[in-house]
Amino acid sequence: MAELLVWPALVAYGEAALAYAGGLGTPLLRGRLAIWGVRLGWLAQTGLLVVQALRADGFPWGTWAGALNLFVWLVVGAYLMWGCNVRFRLLGALVMPPAAALLIASWAGGGTGIKGGVHSGALLGAHVGLMLAGLAGLTIAAAMSALYLWEERSLKRRDSRLFRLRMPPLETLDRLAARVAAVSLGLLSGGIVLGLARLRSGEFDAAMAVTLVLWLLVATVLALRREVGLRGRRAATLLTGVVAFVAVVLPITHFAS
Amino acid sequence: MKLALVGVSHHRAAVELRERVAVELEGAAALARSVAGDDEAVVLSTCNRTEIYVAAAEDRELEAHATSALLELAGERGEEIAPVLYRLADESAALHLFRVAAGLDSLVPGEGEILGQVKSAFEAGATGPLLDRVFRQALHAGRRARVETAIGESPASVPAAAAALAQQVFDDLHGRRVVLVGAGKMSELTARNLLSRGARIAVVANRTAAHGDELAGRLSARAVDLEGIGAQLRDADVVVASTSAPGFVLTTGTLGGDLRARRGRPLLFVDLAVPRDVDPDLAAFDGCFVYDIDDLEAVVEASLAGRRVEAARAERVVAAEAERFQEWQASLAVVPAIASLRARAEEIRTAELAKAEGRLGRLSESERRLVESVTSQIVNKLLHLPTVRLKQAAAAADGLIYADVVRHLFGLEGEEGGPR
Repeated sequence: MAELLVWPALVAYGEAALAYAGGLGTPLLRGRLAIWGVRLGWLAQTGLLVVQALRADGFPWGTWAGALNLFVWLVVGAYLMWGCNVRFRLLGALVMPPAAALLIASWAGGGTGIKGGVHSGALLGAHVGLMLAGLAGLTIAAAMSALYLWEERSLKRRDSRLFRLRMPPLETLDRLAARVAAVSLGLLSGGIVLGLARLRSGEFDAAMAVTLVLWLLVATVLALRREVGLRGRRAATLLTGVVAFVAVVLPITHFAS
Repeated sequence: MKLALVGVSHHRAAVELRERVAVELEGAAALARSVAGDDEAVVLSTCNRTEIYVAAAEDRELEAHATSALLELAGERGEEIAPVLYRLADESAALHLFRVAAGLDSLVPGEGEILGQVKSAFEAGATGPLLDRVFRQALHAGRRARVETAIGESPASVPAAAAALAQQVFDDLHGRRVVLVGAGKMSELTARNLLSRGARIAVVANRTAAHGDELAGRLSARAVDLEGIGAQLRDADVVVASTSAPGFVLTTGTLGGDLRARRGRPLLFVDLAVPRDVDPDLAAFDGCFVYDIDDLEAVVEASLAGRRVEAARAERVVAAEAERFQEWQASLAVVPAIASLRARAEEIRTAELAKAEGRLGRLSESERRLVESVTSQIVNKLLHLPTVRLKQAAAAADGLIYADVVRHLFGLEGEEGGPR
């Protein structure tokens, strides 16, 4: 019965995605519906994950579908933490539809079921958890950077409709994206260290190489920001590009290996 | 109680007439006291309107008194004022005040100052139960309209649009450095708008040193020569340009090196001059945004269009508040009957307890308190439903009939309490 919790989560995420896209009611009502959809969906998914953790024989999110389930929860959690308010509703429009789609994919792949699990110990659990949390944070940072690029372009084009959209200020997006990326890099570092600790010789594969490249690129972007003041459009383009590249390459390398 | 309003506003009176009846807050307070006498009056005077709100018992002629007070203010132009006066009563007057407080009757829909002006007028007025209620509810309606709709959110003038743009780029303007190029009136207005949001006017650059020094003094800024403007831009956040030069003053050729040195840090150019001062090609530099007067006017126009859409939603908020006020005002008609009924019930309860005093004498103090409490509860429970139903009937316009029936059934004729 507990696996049915995926449905309220899906319905609430879907409702939030629809509200963010502008398909429901007045702007104020849309904002409220979207925010409550995100909150309620996340609570339902939290309940599902708790039940999965309690009933699984081993680590419940060791399969790709299970990892996707946890990843969606982390992405929506990061969005709730850093951007879930009316001014960031365009960020919600970027985050919630893919979140709902990925949760459906996870459900279709059996990642939201209660039984099963991978017997690989706590180290794997911590490694996967930290890696997914880091990737989720970077996804949110990239979404903020994409929003930055869109808003910057609108300002350059002197598009007067920008005021009616009640967007977050440009510098706020820039600052927040960098902060989220820095936190995510910390999580990713922890995940990589744990991953390397349990690595046996001959196990290094393409997915690991891509993850290390991602870490290196994000660290470079943040270091350039700190040392030579790289920010604004260039920083946003780099961060979005890096995360988009990894979002395409990582699943391919993962399934290939 | 009756509510009435007499006023003059921008809808029907030109500024030459409105200025004749405009009064400062102290004058408005004195006028309200003089019009009110023993009753209630509030005078609301802004640049767009002067209105006198009065409340009194039905048989008074306060409205006429308020009209003559307004005509007296106009002095020799009283005859011109008379045809443009408007008079409203009860629900219409309340609805009008709610719309005024929400900014729906303003020249620019949703303008922010009016709510504060209504509050000041209310505080300076000679208020009693009715005007106290109607003004408090108007302030509530005004706040609700601004919170529940976006009517007051977007800029409605060119200086406000420039400041809103700066906030869209930088968020908090506290400590942001503003450079003024040119010392015109428009650039001063824009600078003051930015100042009011926390920005710092760092430099005024002007071709005529005397004008630049004068404006820099007024804005606590430093005056510099126009030739050295490039160096000033390295640390600037906003540049407001409004010189009378015939061509571009700020060009890629003269500023390119300084702008590249900023490494993409945002810089907003606000060009208020015609002919333009800022070369639009500057927008090609990373982090540079260039807005000229047409762009700012487009922002204002889009903003006003948005406000008009929001105004329709704000009207619904105001109408709901007006309905609540109407229900409250209607309930006043049955308040005396309710008060008499409760007084009679309490009288009977006390008398019956006094009659039973001999038998109750043997009771302890705590038992006596228990008896008091139980009898009070019985009376309250018995009267609760009739009280609620009377108020509901009042809201549905049957209140007076119900009140008469209650008076007749309980023998309350001749007992009249005032509204509470």
